[in-house]
Amino acid sequence: MSIVIRNVRPYGEDAVDLVVKHGVIIDIVPAGTGTANAEYRFDGEVVLPGLVDLHTHLREPGREDAETIRSGTQAAALGGFTCVHAMANTEPVADTAGDVELVWRKGAEAGYCDVRPVGAVTAGLRGERLAELGAMADSAAQVRVFSDDGKCVSDALLMRRALEYVKAFDGVVAQHSQEPRLTDGAQMNEGAMSARLGLAGWPAVAEEAIIARDVLLAEHVGSRLHVCHLSTAGSVEIIRWAKARGIDVTAEATPHHLALTEDLVATYDPVFKVNPPLRTEADVEALRAALADGTIDIVATDHAPHPREAKDCEWAAAAMGMLGLETALSVVIETMVDTGRLTWREVAERMSTAPARIGRVADQGRPIAVGEPANLCIVDPRTDWVVDPARLASRSRNTPFAARTMRGRVVATFLRGQATVLNGVLQ
Amino acid sequence: MRHLLSTADLTRDDALLILDTAAELARISDRPMKKLPTLRGRTVVNLFFEDSTRTRISFEAAAKRLSADVINFSAKGSSVSKGESLKDTALTLQAMGADAVVIRHGASGAPHRLANAGWIESTVINAGDGTHEHPTQALLDAFTLRRHLRDGEGDLTGVRVTIVGDVLHSRVARSNVLLLHTLGADVTLCAPPTLLPVGVDTWPCTVSYDLDAAIADADAVMMLRVQLERMNAAYFPSAAEYSRRYGLDAQRMATLAPHTIVMHPGPMNRGMEIAADVADSERSVIVEQVSNGVSVRMAVMYLLLGGAESGIGGIA
Amino acid sequence: MSDASEMRAVLEAADVARALSRIAHEIDERTKGADDIVLLGVPTRGVALARRIGARLAEIQGHPIPVGSLDITMYRDDLRLKKARALLHTEIPTGGIDGRLVVLVDDVLFSGRTVRAALDALGDIGRPRMVQLAVLVDRGHRELPIRADYVGKNLPTSLRETVRVQLAEHDAEDAVLVGAVTA
Ligand SMILES: [Zn+2]
Repeated sequence: MSIVIRNVRPYGEDAVDLVVKHGVIIDIVPAGTGTANAEYRFDGEVVLPGLVDLHTHLREPGREDAETIRSGTQAAALGGFTCVHAMANTEPVADTAGDVELVWRKGAEAGYCDVRPVGAVTAGLRGERLAELGAMADSAAQVRVFSDDGKCVSDALLMRRALEYVKAFDGVVAQHSQEPRLTDGAQMNEGAMSARLGLAGWPAVAEEAIIARDVLLAEHVGSRLHVCHLSTAGSVEIIRWAKARGIDVTAEATPHHLALTEDLVATYDPVFKVNPPLRTEADVEALRAALADGTIDIVATDHAPHPREAKDCEWAAAAMGMLGLETALSVVIETMVDTGRLTWREVAERMSTAPARIGRVADQGRPIAVGEPANLCIVDPRTDWVVDPARLASRSRNTPFAARTMRGRVVATFLRGQATVLNGVLQ
Repeated sequence: MRHLLSTADLTRDDALLILDTAAELARISDRPMKKLPTLRGRTVVNLFFEDSTRTRISFEAAAKRLSADVINFSAKGSSVSKGESLKDTALTLQAMGADAVVIRHGASGAPHRLANAGWIESTVINAGDGTHEHPTQALLDAFTLRRHLRDGEGDLTGVRVTIVGDVLHSRVARSNVLLLHTLGADVTLCAPPTLLPVGVDTWPCTVSYDLDAAIADADAVMMLRVQLERMNAAYFPSAAEYSRRYGLDAQRMATLAPHTIVMHPGPMNRGMEIAADVADSERSVIVEQVSNGVSVRMAVMYLLLGGAESGIGGIA
Repeated sequence: MSDASEMRAVLEAADVARALSRIAHEIDERTKGADDIVLLGVPTRGVALARRIGARLAEIQGHPIPVGSLDITMYRDDLRLKKARALLHTEIPTGGIDGRLVVLVDDVLFSGRTVRAALDALGDIGRPRMVQLAVLVDRGHRELPIRADYVGKNLPTSLRETVRVQLAEHDAEDAVLVGAVTA
């Protein structure tokens, strides 16, 4: 059985029909000329390779009240994703082969997008000894990304060993860069706003000091390093310096750090509480510039669902984190595409190709070409939509974009030729 | 303005209205019959998540002198110390028909949450939130300054106030810097650099690390409480060194101009930031600050609750 | 409220002066030369009136008359119906009011609600042996069983009219004006 995906524009270029069979693109022909057993008609929307998220918190096992693998991957599909990397900070922590295989299998069962588990770097995220990294790499889940995200591998020696050890199976350590002592009790970016609001500061240097240390460690041991959620202009400078020096480092920025500033904290509404914290206008501008020039390699959502009670409280008591999967592409369109800073090909690179490459995911992030898997995200960049938290697929409601008008709507997502989303509705 | 959350929200006219109202009410405190019928039938809840007997009593006295029904709700030590409880407590107060909630909370911004999260409709008065603000303390300080240095009238244009101590963790300092600046005073903050927030350079005041220089031509010196625990977090090496460099003792007091007054929001660490001789001296207005607190809080409650709508804000 | 230029004067400056002088004489006569009189004006214009009456009475009696002011804002029965208002000045003369003859002074007597509030306020300050009321203008339309002991001028008015007392202490010149209530 073959299908034709009619009248879509790969990377925003000429309209074509994509003919798909057995989950693979078998032909690309001018719009209106493709034939197949069944067809999906479109209206000249942009088609990108299915998006790949390197940083997703699916919360299962342990916090199924906030998100499940099923609800999280549904949210991912609605956001145009065909692959997500599930972070290890679940309960229990994903630090053994058995744990990661469970997540991997449940993702496959749900079927909305591929779930690639991230393995913990240290047992129980305790930062004391390495988890069984090799066993996770060799498991059915084929873990290649290791992270204690939520916590920083702050011990320099442990970080060095992890960087070295994962080379054996082409793994990468994704570091949550946060010097713990400098951020004890921290609530928001440290600066004029924290001074005014009387909230304990999370200084930029707490992020930058760890990144600086880690890129030097990576250089010394000749390892790959991935830096999670860059949030400061200083971090950008360090990554730029490291890349110029030939260090094998990649970096990500989240949609919320590309779109929002610390000014929102003045509401004391914990929906804006996140780690790393929202920073200044200058930091946001530095991140956008770095994403445009490739210093920052990818956009990753850091989708972090929290139950209502974790946000329906005073700032200091609230959990850190924001939803991201269903709004990520819209944020990138608004901040990067509409502003002329990224072409659609570059969006595909930052949100699909590069994250798949960093995560060593073979059949994701592939070009839209004959012979490639039909993992596709079809987006109408001209349609605006308003975020209604109650209508998100995520089990949680903690989007920082509630009631905001977003740019560009994902109309369809295909996972190996199967529609997971059509007309903006989950299939 | 329905709530009093931050002194940043007060214009000069708003602040003067509160001070003038407090001045009238202070006269009532001098007469045998101290009670006014103004808030009869209105319910004021004192919601204290932190122990602060002096502040709670001051608000309680103020509300009672205005004939409000007062309910004291002490959340400290009970099961309500986790985050979600603020909402549950708020819903309870809403059900009880509280017209105003006076809230003291350890978390900065808790009063903002209470006022804006949609949990309750009551007027919210911030009685101190975390390391953020304590607006009624600043108002009573301004009232006291005005009484001693400006004959109890007008604003504080040209009055030089030096605030000394743990500014970083002080809600009193934040509220005072904003309010005293609004009223025209020149504020100097003096502290070791570790106890000044990053970003203090954006505040409308000057900053000094040298106490002797900072108090040399001050009209008022306000000493802030310094908690000894800060020592363990490396904010300063020892109590002795702190007190030597930033404490107000008799010797330093002797260098002050004859008219200069000494203030402290209390509770004091005698021997630490302020010597007993200084606290009990002629210059000290610390006890008066307490009685002025009742008048100022009466003024705030009257203006926020006395009419069909708040009398603060929107003055033509 | 009407613009002053659209209102007509029912009392000129000389009429006001005569009315106040007469009130001072009446107080002296009716209280039979009592030496414990305290005049309390209701702010704002009642205070200026009390001062003037007090000065005249002092001339008549040959000794100073204590004059003060009594703010009634917090005792008003319409307090909750309007936006919270700034308080006005209360100044009780030294010697207080206990056991004394207090004459409340206001500019216009209308519904009587202001006087009721003043009586409540007075009750919280002390216990006079007697309370009397002096007003420059009584315009009628009482809503409470209250009457004035001394009236400068009885002025029958319509409810569609507004009465304004102007005094040199606050306004350009002394006058009592009547005009139409404008929406
Ligand atoms: Zn993280």
